[in-house]
Amino acid sequence: MSYIWVLLLALSVATAAASGRMSELAAAIPAAAQSAVTLSLGLAGVLTLWLGLMKVAERAGLVALLARLCRPLLRRLFPEVPADHPAMGAMVMNVAANLLGLGNAATPFGLEAMRRLEELNPEPGTATDAQALFCALNSSSLQLVPATVMGLRAAAGARNPADVIGPTLLASALSACAAVLSAKLLARLYRRGGAGPAPGGGP
Amino acid sequence: MLRAALEAVSALAVPLLLAAIPLYALVRKVNVYAAFLEGAKEGFATAVRILPALLAVVVALGMLDASGALGAAGRLLGPLLARLSIPAPVLPIVLVRPLSGGAALGALAEVLRQEGPDGYAGRLASVMAGSTETTFYVLAVYMGAVGVKRYRQALPAGILADLVGFAASVLLVRAVFG
Repeated sequence: MSYIWVLLLALSVATAAASGRMSELAAAIPAAAQSAVTLSLGLAGVLTLWLGLMKVAERAGLVALLARLCRPLLRRLFPEVPADHPAMGAMVMNVAANLLGLGNAATPFGLEAMRRLEELNPEPGTATDAQALFCALNSSSLQLVPATVMGLRAAAGARNPADVIGPTLLASALSACAAVLSAKLLARLYRRGGAGPAPGGGP
Repeated sequence: MLRAALEAVSALAVPLLLAAIPLYALVRKVNVYAAFLEGAKEGFATAVRILPALLAVVVALGMLDASGALGAAGRLLGPLLARLSIPAPVLPIVLVRPLSGGAALGALAEVLRQEGPDGYAGRLASVMAGSTETTFYVLAVYMGAVGVKRYRQALPAGILADLVGFAASVLLVRAVFG
């Protein structure tokens, strides 16, 4: 991120110098900084409401309930992980917390899941199929309500900040399906015991 | 059909959860109000925690825009982006989303500021940011935590998931709001 950020700053100044727009640039900088503060404070309204509600959900045991609902699905996705292995428990809790948008709660479960999956790893240092699938699943945004995005939309004065929830939910579901399918299919290509794809690329 | 269903989800999700979760909690004998206030406290702190990353990216993109560089890049990539139905101002989100969540929010904030939240660009940016994740960050944290060096299929699968998320965002926003 450091390189990208510095590149953007330097590129902007160089372009402005070349096109004689230095005074416009100088005027835009404090305006942008100011608007960032306005936006993140505007975002606080929705975030405060949502995190309050999610704490209620957590206390009511909804994370555990969701985890129970997710378990059969995850058992099918991870047939190589024994159903009663602690890795499975950590994974279902991670997925449930992610669904509720509890990022802070999801990460410790995710790390615990990775540690437990590592116990099943015959070749430490190289990801197992289960670890790769679990990470791919976590890198698709499984979330029932995108609260932060909604907050930013509210801060920007959207007529209805929530009107993107439906499309967002379906798009992330499709993205999660793509993560599972490609992780499963690519597993054959990336043979264990060697780095990268197997020669010839065939299974 | 799809449009009506997704509109219903958008309209119902927040009010329904806001009624159902506290009700369920009350039945389970949770001290609902105290729990709400405790969680809500974190909300404000989260907004403040996001501020530095948001500001860094909003300022950088604001500078890029004011200098004319963003416009030039848009003209250069315009024809290609137009074929993908991606407005040029949305491009920064696609580029930084897999790297940093804070940067993606900053890029989203900039699109909302410049293009408004209720146009095609604003909605597409919102759905893209909400439906994808910081693939590289997730992999670095999770794989790094257990000392795994060879990620195998995790990286291509994660990137493919992001690409599918972006493509689905374009199709769905066009289908629902088009």
